[in-house]
Amino acid sequence: MSEVIKNRYEFVILFDVENGNPNGDPDAGNMPRIDPESGLGLVTDVCLKRKIRNYVETVKEDEKGFKIYIKEDVPLNRSDKEACSALGIEETDDKKVAEALKKLKKDDPDADVKLRDYMCENFYDIRTFGAVMTTFVKASLNCGQVRGPVQLGFARSIDPVMSQEVTITRVAITTEKDAENKQTEMGRKSIVPYGLYRAEGYISANLARKVTGFSEEDLELLWEAILNMFEHDHSAARGKMAVRELIVFKHSKELGDCPAYKLFEAVEVSKKENVEYPRKYQDYTVLIHEERIPDTVEIKRIV
Amino acid sequence: MGMGVRVRVWGDYALFTRPEMKVERCSYDVITPSAARGILEAIYWHPGMRWQIDKIYVKKPIQFTSVRRNEVKSKILAGNVLQAYNGASKPLYISSKAEIVQRASLLLCDVEYVIEAHFEMTKEANQTDKPGKFKDIIMRRLKRGECFHMPYFGCREFPAHFCLCEEGEIQTAYDQVMEKDLGFMLYDMDYTDPGNLQPMFFRAVMRRGVLDLRDCEVIR
Repeated sequence: MSEVIKNRYEFVILFDVENGNPNGDPDAGNMPRIDPESGLGLVTDVCLKRKIRNYVETVKEDEKGFKIYIKEDVPLNRSDKEACSALGIEETDDKKVAEALKKLKKDDPDADVKLRDYMCENFYDIRTFGAVMTTFVKASLNCGQVRGPVQLGFARSIDPVMSQEVTITRVAITTEKDAENKQTEMGRKSIVPYGLYRAEGYISANLARKVTGFSEEDLELLWEAILNMFEHDHSAARGKMAVRELIVFKHSKELGDCPAYKLFEAVEVSKKENVEYPRKYQDYTVLIHEERIPDTVEIKRIV
Repeated sequence: MGMGVRVRVWGDYALFTRPEMKVERCSYDVITPSAARGILEAIYWHPGMRWQIDKIYVKKPIQFTSVRRNEVKSKILAGNVLQAYNGASKPLYISSKAEIVQRASLLLCDVEYVIEAHFEMTKEANQTDKPGKFKDIIMRRLKRGECFHMPYFGCREFPAHFCLCEEGEIQTAYDQVMEKDLGFMLYDMDYTDPGNLQPMFFRAVMRRGVLDLRDCEVIR
């Protein structure tokens, strides 16, 4: 495995949606999330993390060291494995586990740390975002909490988004009884005609070094995953979504060279002057005020 | 209290979960001393020192918003990990389809505080560790925006921006409000017995926008 990262990073992701619902709000009948006060659209951090996990899972196909712990779907080979355990392997394992556990507790007070490291080594998402584990030794490992180096905030749209209800019909009727009475069924879809969203993230080199071992190779994969997170996530609900820009700030030191807010404030995204209703990415300008950023911070724009 | 610092922290959202409502999380009205300590520790901490929060200034009006999210309800089981560690062919993952729950969180929005704190030396300090040394490191980090990891307001998805507070007189959003009783709040966890962590509470009364934690009565 390649080296653990040595620099702190901050990043800004700009992504847009066209005629789709980037993130449904379960509280509002799956309409797009909107900040009720400002009218700005929201996309939660966990929504984006899910996409990153999905991309890594698609690309790496559970390759060693790049497994994904929190999966959306049960993979096909699970049934095979369940068959094995049904043949009694499970039970012997449990016994072994109980024995091993007792032994472990006795001669190895660092058992929890070892298991944590094992999880970090094998699972990309734990190495990146962290996870919570139950532990053998009470209150050890900060109650099982493993913090990953990558931290994401909520994404917000640049301008207020308008959510539009689209009523649709379908000719296939679900139940026999309904089929006798009607020809079509009505359905609903909520879409955002257009929205440019901005998400901000942080990567702590310290947590990478001291806790999870997030490496340079993992970082490359993270950038790749962010750029392609919507490319493998097309669906009827999402419409056209794409990452338009990924701006990476690389500090020269592990602890960083300047406050994160200064870097974020230096990225100005604004609607072009004569545009009243933005409907495409070209209606916006992205400006990086490089003069406000210390020279030691390296700016990388990945489009 | 020569080793005191004032740190201004702000962010779009915050969630200081009330322990009595932690399934559908609901935030306290203001930052808890333990969350404030967490923010300072994210900037600098060393076994040789211990942060002590003195005052919290509430600089923005208290406002709430709510967000409902899909969350997984289970943790990674150490037993399963051990099986995999020992080479069993057991699938190791959480299927979010099966383990999903929808939970609402009541968040604070648009928050800003000034945390006034000092640190005390502990027994773990080395011979060469002097309060002045720690103080210098802390001031340097605050000025340069360096941190161990990005501090956050209660949950990691709500990052807390920080800088050194250089105002002499701190204005709060509640300068005109003599007294606002916020009820019992979590003070911090008592970590003296690692096998048995105990929460500690205090009666939070905000006077003119300031929560004074010096000499406050801590209830276990």
